[in-house]
Order: sequence, then structure tokens, then C-alpha cells
Amino acid sequence: MTELLIGTKKGLFVLEGEPGSGFEITTRAFAGEPVDYAMRDPRSGRLLATMTSPFYGPKIFHSDDAAGDWEQAEGVALPEGGDKALERIWVIASGEADGLLFAGGDPGVLFESHDGGANWEINAGLWDQPSRPQWQPGGGGLCLHSIATWPGHPDRLAVAVSAAGMWLSEDGGRSWRRGNEGLNPRYIPEEALQDENAGKCVHHVERAPKQPERLFMQFHGGVYRSDDAGSSWSPIGDGLPSDFGFPLMVDPADPDSAYVIPLVADMDRVTPDGRVRVYETRDGGSTWSPRGDGLPAENAYLTVLRQAFHRHGEGPKLELYFGATSGDVFGSGDAGATWSTVATRLPPVFSVFAVN
Amino acid sequence: MAVVSVRGPLRKLTGGSAEHELEGETVIELLRGLESRHPAVGGWILDERGLIRRHINVFVNGERGAEQTTVRSGDRVEVLPAITGG
Repeated sequence: MTELLIGTKKGLFVLEGEPGSGFEITTRAFAGEPVDYAMRDPRSGRLLATMTSPFYGPKIFHSDDAAGDWEQAEGVALPEGGDKALERIWVIASGEADGLLFAGGDPGVLFESHDGGANWEINAGLWDQPSRPQWQPGGGGLCLHSIATWPGHPDRLAVAVSAAGMWLSEDGGRSWRRGNEGLNPRYIPEEALQDENAGKCVHHVERAPKQPERLFMQFHGGVYRSDDAGSSWSPIGDGLPSDFGFPLMVDPADPDSAYVIPLVADMDRVTPDGRVRVYETRDGGSTWSPRGDGLPAENAYLTVLRQAFHRHGEGPKLELYFGATSGDVFGSGDAGATWSTVATRLPPVFSVFAVN
Repeated sequence: MAVVSVRGPLRKLTGGSAEHELEGETVIELLRGLESRHPAVGGWILDERGLIRRHINVFVNGERGAEQTTVRSGDRVEVLPAITGG
């Protein structure tokens, strides 16, 4: 049995089922409120959800039962008295130490929890970066959306901020350095390319757990791979119908694997040719293959957001799930070879998280 | 004393009461007083900058107010979510 946590514009939906055999909605929480991201910490079983009320601002809530009471987490705020307010929490990720969780948000902020998500504090190393006043937001804000931990090494972290690029730490987040060498933002003037604060619009980053120095990135125009823990990047987008998109996933069993969902372009953010296809590489990005068996093949102009693609398991039984702003959710139980519809007519899907 | 009126989730966060008698000479002083009395509402009306959140409206005796709007004893301050969304 797989559990899907679907964050939508109008609440959190919990679905349960088996890939290919249908899923049922078992719970709806935060009715009417935008749930940007939800996850279940596999270590504790605790559910965490981030909700940005248009009235009352962004909050993180936690619960052991999606249908029960949710408690607001403490400390999810910027330092008081500054000139910025927290706009949104984009992602929550399990850390490598007991009870350690990270949350990323706008404006380019990283929070840490050391008690499983009840209490949070800002990561001062990243918050106090001297270049921060020059960081430029992407279209979705100055969002810290990707947190790539290093299996077995709590001190090694990579995070991505749109559009302040990649930030790497080897000391548990006390200090940070950039990791943007090789990225080519085609959308800024050539003379601005040397400006390290200009246009590093990373859309999503995932680490290959079995070869942790390898990372894959969906960029704002470009798909990249790093083999040096995020210091430098090589383009691997040749062979895709478009190298623009938002989400990206990997098969944890195979460090040469990655999955992307291309959209036409930044000015037309829908699936190309009205056809929904996931593209898979099994050779580190040298070649890509379309995986669309069971997905809409015509008249389907979907937009899939950066957190709306997730996985469960690995290898031949890798389960993949993604949702669209159309409210459709699709799933595969065989590493993308075949797909089925998991849900339709949900509110616009912001995030998908799969767990069992 | 002025009366601060809240509704919806703010009521639950302020002990279940819709009205709160508070001391203060400005809207911001009243709202800070409300946060002191009910810490759970911290961050829900005012953001980290000390500003009323963008989609919350405050009315003083029926007229739109802001952080520094003067309040006198007996005034009624209503905290309302804006009519917005989609």
C-alpha cells in the first residue's frame, strides 16, 4: 500500500492504493487552504505540511494522523525587525541525523529542526550570506526549493535557490559556497554571465543516493549533471523535446538514472504537442527515452510544478507519481514503463509525496 | 481600554474569545498586546517586520486603519481577512 500526500491549492489530500490498482482519497485536511508541500518523515512517521494562508502567512504544521489535529510548529519566521517577511515554505526534507529536518522557503531561507519538526530555527550561515542583498528572485519568488542531503553524512548539504543558484555546505550548514560552474542561463545578456548573482534559476535538484557526488538538475532552460557534488555542471539535455521544465526525479538504485517532465518553454509552460510524457535516462543523460504508456497522448496541455513529482521504492519496482495544475495525478509502479491515472479533478496540484 | 475584535482562526488562537479589551494608543500597540496575551496568534496578524499582513484589514470604529492609527479608550478595532483569493 502506497500513501500519497497531495498538496493542492485547496487543501491536502491523502490517497492510498497500489500503483495500477487505483487509489482512494482517504483524508482531506486544511480544506480551502493552499498546501504548498506535505511529507511524512519515514523515520518518525510524523506528517508535516506547509500551508500559506493568503491572509495569515506561511506556517508549518505537524501531526501523526492526517485526519486528526494538526499542531503549528514554532520558529518558522524570519528574524523580527528586519525588512523582509517569510513568504512561503517550499519544501521540507529529512536530514541525516536523528530528528533533523530542513525546510526551504522564500526569501531564500533555510530552516532546521532538531526535534522532528516541532521547533525550527533559521540557518544563520545561509541567511547571513554577504551577497544576499544582490540575490534576485525567479518568477515564483526567491524560493529555496531543493534540499539534497548526503546519505550517511549529515554535514554535507546542497540546496538550490531560484534564482540565487546552488549553495553547498560541508559543515552541516555553518558555512556555504556557491556551486554554479557550467550553468548557462540563456535568458540573460552575455555581459551579465560573469555576475554570480544573475539569473541562476535552478528549478529542481536531486542527488543520486548510491553515488552521492552525483546530482541532477532541471534548470530554467537546461538539464544538467554534476559529478563533483555540485561544484560544476555539464549539460545533458540533448535528446529531450525541450530542456525546460520543473520537476526531476531519480531512481535511488541507479546513479545513472533521472526522470524529467519537459514543458514547451518558459513562455509556454505546458506539455509539448498536447502529449504528456516523462523522459527517462539510464546513462547519466547521454540519451533520453519517452515514457508515456498510459499517459494522455492528445489534447493534454498540462503544467507540472517543481514539487509535484515524487517516487517510492527503487529499481524495477520504482514507483513514480506526478500531479498537474489540472488536478490530474498519474502513477507508475514499474519505473515509468507504464502509467495509470491516480486521481482526476483535484484542485491544482502543488506537491506530491509518496511513502508507504 | 479599546476592544479588539477577531474572528475565524484568530478567535481560536486567542482563547476562543471574539473580543479582547486591551490597552494601547495605536493599532500596533493593541495588536502587540493581543500577541502578548495570546502568543499563539503571533505571526498571524503581524509579520516579522511588524506590519499588518497584506490581506488583513483593520478597521477602527468602522474606518480603515493601519499600524499607527491612533486608538482611544472605548474604540472598537476589528481585524478582518480581506475579501480576496481564487
